[in-house]
Amino acid sequence: MLAYVLKRSLSLFATLAVATAVVFVVLEVLPGDPAALMLGVEAREDTIAALHRQLGLDQPALSRYFTWLAGMITGDLGTSYTYSVPVSELVGERLAVTLPLALMALLLSVVIAFPVAVVAARNRGRAADTSIMALTQVGIAVPNFWFAILLVYVFAVALRLVPSGGFPGWSAGAGAAFQALILPAVALALPQASILARVLRSALVDTLHEDYIRTARAKGLTRHAALWRHAVRNALIPVLTILGLQFSFLIAGTIIIENVFYLPGIGRLVFQAITQRDLIVVKSVVVLLVASVVIVTFLVDIAYAAVDPRLRRR
Amino acid sequence: MPLIAVNRLNLAIHDKPILKGVSFRISRGETLGLVGESGSGKSMTALAMMQLLPHGAEASGEIRFRKKDVLQMPERELCRMRGRRIGMVFQEPMTALNPVKTIGAQISESLIWHFRISRREALDRAGELMERVGLPVSRFPLERYPHQLSGGQRQRVVIAMAIACKPRLLIADEPTTALDVTIQAQILALIKEIVKKDDMSLLLISHDLAVVADMADRVAIMKDGEIVESGPTGSLFENLSHPYSRSLFEASNHVPQKRVRPVLSIARRRTEPLVKVEGLVRNYALPRRSLFKKPPVFTAVDRVSFNILPGQSLGLVGESGCGKSTLARAILGLEEPNGGSISVLGRDPFSVRGKEREEVHRSVQVVFQDPYGSFNPRHKIGRVVAEPLFLLRGEIDEGEKRRRVEQALSNVGLSPLDMEKYPHEFSGGQRQRIAIARALVTEPRLIVADEPVSALDVSIRAQILDLLADLRDKLGLAYLFISHDLSVVRAITDEVMVMSAGKIVEHGPTALVFDHPRHPYTRLLVSAAPDLKTAIKRRAKRERKAGVMVKEKTATGAGEEAGET
Repeated sequence: MLAYVLKRSLSLFATLAVATAVVFVVLEVLPGDPAALMLGVEAREDTIAALHRQLGLDQPALSRYFTWLAGMITGDLGTSYTYSVPVSELVGERLAVTLPLALMALLLSVVIAFPVAVVAARNRGRAADTSIMALTQVGIAVPNFWFAILLVYVFAVALRLVPSGGFPGWSAGAGAAFQALILPAVALALPQASILARVLRSALVDTLHEDYIRTARAKGLTRHAALWRHAVRNALIPVLTILGLQFSFLIAGTIIIENVFYLPGIGRLVFQAITQRDLIVVKSVVVLLVASVVIVTFLVDIAYAAVDPRLRRR
Repeated sequence: MPLIAVNRLNLAIHDKPILKGVSFRISRGETLGLVGESGSGKSMTALAMMQLLPHGAEASGEIRFRKKDVLQMPERELCRMRGRRIGMVFQEPMTALNPVKTIGAQISESLIWHFRISRREALDRAGELMERVGLPVSRFPLERYPHQLSGGQRQRVVIAMAIACKPRLLIADEPTTALDVTIQAQILALIKEIVKKDDMSLLLISHDLAVVADMADRVAIMKDGEIVESGPTGSLFENLSHPYSRSLFEASNHVPQKRVRPVLSIARRRTEPLVKVEGLVRNYALPRRSLFKKPPVFTAVDRVSFNILPGQSLGLVGESGCGKSTLARAILGLEEPNGGSISVLGRDPFSVRGKEREEVHRSVQVVFQDPYGSFNPRHKIGRVVAEPLFLLRGEIDEGEKRRRVEQALSNVGLSPLDMEKYPHEFSGGQRQRIAIARALVTEPRLIVADEPVSALDVSIRAQILDLLADLRDKLGLAYLFISHDLSVVRAITDEVMVMSAGKIVEHGPTALVFDHPRHPYTRLLVSAAPDLKTAIKRRAKRERKAGVMVKEKTATGAGEEAGET
């Protein structure tokens, strides 16, 4: 198991190195001079050159890449062109909104999907199964921003249970912050829960046909016990793959959802930074997103081995 | 009073009748063998006794076990019965165990479930059970996972699970079908020993008459959901009355008539061999242990030399993993050797190019064990059979192609009209005929047959063996016949090679090798192979002796039974 984790860690670092290089190169070849953009159309040639020097843009690309990389490792992500504050500060603030949001959504989708899938799999082909599957079909088909609008209308406008948007900050207390995040989290989670439920249901149905389930039943285990003791863990293997993939969809989903709910999160930050060509922010956020996805993939790999002993030797 | 009595059991799945009035009983300590071909309803009978029937199954009749009718039991009671009173061993040891749980957890599970004992205690008992089935905990810790065990070891674990709660009845559904003969003999001996010691009753389900004759006190023969005949093993087999049981018995002993004289290499030193294999070596790299060391090497085929003469039928026997298939693949030109040489028709199949290469390849064709897996389900039979004809492209036109396919199909006993059908429209035996037709279509000199009859029922197997013998007479074909079944090899080959751990340990005329094995491994193989005739003789003798004792027992046995109740 330890050897497996070490091997996976090695590949984690390799992936991160490649990812940073790709992000750097892509932003390098994009048209648009950030200095010229910051100073406006009437800026003089020599002021632009001065700003270039100040931003280090006159250095060769390779050395800028390594300076950037070294900066990231030490936590110095540079200074935003548009906000004129350290990017690390900016990202840190926004992360305090997005990370809890994404984790809540992920947790919610698992909490919703699991019982739903188990009920569907246990009643395969019956009314409960068909109606659950029909509902998940709706969950996948309807875009999450529309869900978001619907949720705002019902829970914020009509029932006045939660605010319709904005974020009071964690300083306003965990309760208030939680209230502000719950609707966006639900909006993000519903489509993901639908996908997850479908995958888990079909994995469970497949697993329930396996010979070892019959063996378990022949030992005297009830249908229920055989499902929980022998089917669920085996059915988790395909589900983990989907869960890992879903994390990146969740991150992408936050860009839209944060805009709908006026949440000051990473999604909004990257959206604004792109429109304002604040490349240094874009670069940092993109690397952050890539890193989070790579790390989640790494965690999924470790989880695979934890669930399935056959993978530990590889 | 019997331990379990099945009375007029009917079973239908989605209104399709599967069992029709099946009745039998098993006394305490008795072994009943249930024999039949695939689809006869053997396994469904077992599942009905456990009430583990598939979705949509409806059973009627009566299964009386310990004064209660299993068919009427509520689910709660059934759960208490399964595992506790009736244990079950399944066919596929590879899939019968949960891959993500340790064997210790899986064996102790039913103990914890039924007896509500602590985990610690249950694991101790699991250790004892492991010992009992021949897997001492010192060498096979309970923390092992199923994938760390071989097929035979896994079946031992399954047996340990089935007997954990000391059930009164053990149901074993084809417990050794997926195993090698030597392992089969060990597992059967283990089951026999356990059943005897614990005074368990056993329902042994098998397609193999020899296994049943060896194990069972009484036998019931099933066909199409009905028991056609049953009785004490020895006298039943000696006086089979139902035509089906007789044909089954004959098919199990079937030896195709040989019209050609056996081709023996000793007698024909001068003949130019069809295939010449010299010092063949094939290695596989195993997973690396460390980044800095070379990966360890596994030698699948180790310095093997032999010839196949024109028209010769050469057998190749050995256990799974001994290198048989690797050797066959090398001869087919699919596996480049790491050492030694192969020549087919005097040419090296790996270096020839162009026309000569096609000639070499079309002179050697193959028939696999599972024909269905080797057919594209979306291709019609005409196309499936014509496939190898690309080796003759440019040489024959469409008309000739069609003629060849028709010829091949009629050679194997199928109609040219079958060209327009799809693979799923044929039965297992017919599919194997199609596979043989596909091999014949290039007019080869040698057919490599890799377990061609292992997946077939005995009656179909007899037909295919006849067909192969016929084709050899008619077309002068040579065979390399790979099988783990010694009786099949004996029936169809002139010479046999015994392979073990990549080496050919014995090679000679088939009858001589099997009747007077010299190498210890061959001896082991021959003694492990179940033999129907000797098993029946032994049974019949024992029954004649016991016939007196049975009568004596009934005379004095009344008091015993009264005393017990």
